[in-house]
Amino acid sequence: MEAMGWGRYPKTTADLIQPADSETLQKFISSQKKSASCIGRGSGRSYGDSALSGQLISSRFLDNFLELDEQQKILRCGAGVTLGDILKVCIPRGLFLPVLPGTKAVSVAGAIAADVHGKNHHLDGSFCTYVKKISLVLASGELVNCSEQENSELFRATCGGMGLTGVIVEASLSLDSIASSYIDQRSLVANDLAECFEHIQNNADSKYSVAWLDCLARGKNLGRSVLYLGEHAASKNRKTDTLYRERSGLGVPFSTPSFLLNKTTMSLFNASYFGAQKRKKSSTTLSCDNYFFPLDSIRNWNRLYGTNGFLQYQFVLPSDSAFEGITSVLEKVSEKGKGSFLSVLKKFGEANENLLSFPKPGYTLTLDFKNEAALFPLLEELDRIVLAHDGRLYLAKDARMSEEVFKASYPNWERFMTIKKKYDPSNRFASLQSTRLGLTQ
Amino acid sequence: MKVLIIGANSAIAKATARNYAEQGCSLHLIARSEDQLEVLASDLTLRGASNVSHSVLDLNKFAEHKKTLSSAFSKLGGVDIALICHGSLPDQDKVEKNFKQALKEINTNGISVISLLTELAAKFVEQQQGTIAVITSVAGDRGRQPNFVYGAAKSLVSTYLQGLRGKLLTHNIHIVDIRPGLVDSPMTAQFPKGPLWSSPEVIAQKIVKSIRRGSHTVYAPGYWRVIMFVVDVIPEFIFKRLKF
Repeated sequence: MEAMGWGRYPKTTADLIQPADSETLQKFISSQKKSASCIGRGSGRSYGDSALSGQLISSRFLDNFLELDEQQKILRCGAGVTLGDILKVCIPRGLFLPVLPGTKAVSVAGAIAADVHGKNHHLDGSFCTYVKKISLVLASGELVNCSEQENSELFRATCGGMGLTGVIVEASLSLDSIASSYIDQRSLVANDLAECFEHIQNNADSKYSVAWLDCLARGKNLGRSVLYLGEHAASKNRKTDTLYRERSGLGVPFSTPSFLLNKTTMSLFNASYFGAQKRKKSSTTLSCDNYFFPLDSIRNWNRLYGTNGFLQYQFVLPSDSAFEGITSVLEKVSEKGKGSFLSVLKKFGEANENLLSFPKPGYTLTLDFKNEAALFPLLEELDRIVLAHDGRLYLAKDARMSEEVFKASYPNWERFMTIKKKYDPSNRFASLQSTRLGLTQ
Repeated sequence: MKVLIIGANSAIAKATARNYAEQGCSLHLIARSEDQLEVLASDLTLRGASNVSHSVLDLNKFAEHKKTLSSAFSKLGGVDIALICHGSLPDQDKVEKNFKQALKEINTNGISVISLLTELAAKFVEQQQGTIAVITSVAGDRGRQPNFVYGAAKSLVSTYLQGLRGKLLTHNIHIVDIRPGLVDSPMTAQFPKGPLWSSPEVIAQKIVKSIRRGSHTVYAPGYWRVIMFVVDVIPEFIFKRLKF
């Protein structure tokens, strides 16, 4: 079948294996030739080629809830359970996931493999901080557990390890308590990048914080943005506090012609969005879905970029070089007029010990680009700016970074390789991305 | 609502059971593998089922049907919806050359369902209400070369259901015949998938909706009614030459 990531670029053909349980998966892994490479795949929400390989092992039928300890606030579930499924089960019990990325469609295994982060990274860290235990099937077909205490080096390599150590079949997660699933949101308008950084700094103790940024604004408007701050609402002692209503929004039924997204339409969209936010009330209370997953309400929004797809470029720069670096990136992007309507700026807190995890202290900016030939030289220029400022790119979004850029920016890659060689000496688990980045042959 | 699911470990059954669990129903599950049943039972409980029990049964042991169903009815305290989901997809080439295997497949997909329906009908008549829903297949609509053993077993069930529907009408019991098209599940793992394939979740939604509405014969998804209409009207002198 034709396989692709959420960005719909690149595309490849692959066999899809959908084991019904971990025994079937173990049998499958043991029965295959050593040369056949495969990679685990959850909901297909990584953007580039990290979940593409000759054989894709889907976790969609490994989607059982196994155990919920409401006292200890620990949930054990199958790898294919999505974060949305978890919210559905947890919110009515007054529990909540401590880290939520921008979509609830991601699977638990995908969230672990990419060590995803949320709008609260500056305070609470990334997804794997709350992963207590992982069960995974190794290249040998053996099923092992790993955690901070047990097989800890395998755990550190698996969290954020992009599926290269084995196929995750089950995980235990720790949960938070909430009084209400609603979020009190406050928005602050910034007329340029300096003001945006100032707002972020001044509100560093806000639980959730993320800025939408107009990446096509130039000159004195460069970096104009709206910072959205969020706190869990206080309980109003109503039944609705912990009622989880799912939104069913519109879908994009087919790929729309990509010429609709051009410099003019995007600039117009961004300018009017910014203008609208400026006039809007600055405080409001939103449902969990509306606050955390606004894009989930437009099903298949990735089709808006046309049949050639798009690339999402997300990088992090350390705090002291972030302002300068992000300014250079925005100047480059707005000069070429290549950006689009999704640009997000957020502050990261401390990094963790996972070997290939993306977040490190500083600021992260996300930009979407329609896939076109002229884009690739621009992204290489951006790579150089990111490297010069001691930054790095997010593997879950990447579809084109070079091996050199990767190895220069992920200092733990050699330690990762040592562990990978120990558990998977013949590179059974390999993705198009891992081969491109020189992690597998 | 009290829901009995037979063949509960199939992908469609699992997706349907989750749908009922989220509505807060009580469920009783019947399937062969105890390990899988226990996993599914805890999954359904966490998803909101008010009560989940299960019994282990190899559905080809017809003699045990009555006993297992009786215990299911007493555990649930009556049944509002009984859903029969079990089945197996044989390799046509093998079964058409080997009667023993053909018989086994017809027993699994056809005869065992008739046995269950006999017992269920009696139980439902006692309580004078309820819905019996059975998953058959579009394969039962016309005997096609690649799967006519499976298709024959499924059409046996469909024909039986048509008659039974009339018999039970006066007892306030409703019969739904659900005919899924191509479903992307572990049972069909060996087939390459195309645009006509649907997920078990889509089929499950259709099942729940058609039981609620009291539909009779349901194609899932609905476009299979059109496809099978076209397949049905092809004249036999052409149809016999078709290999699809």
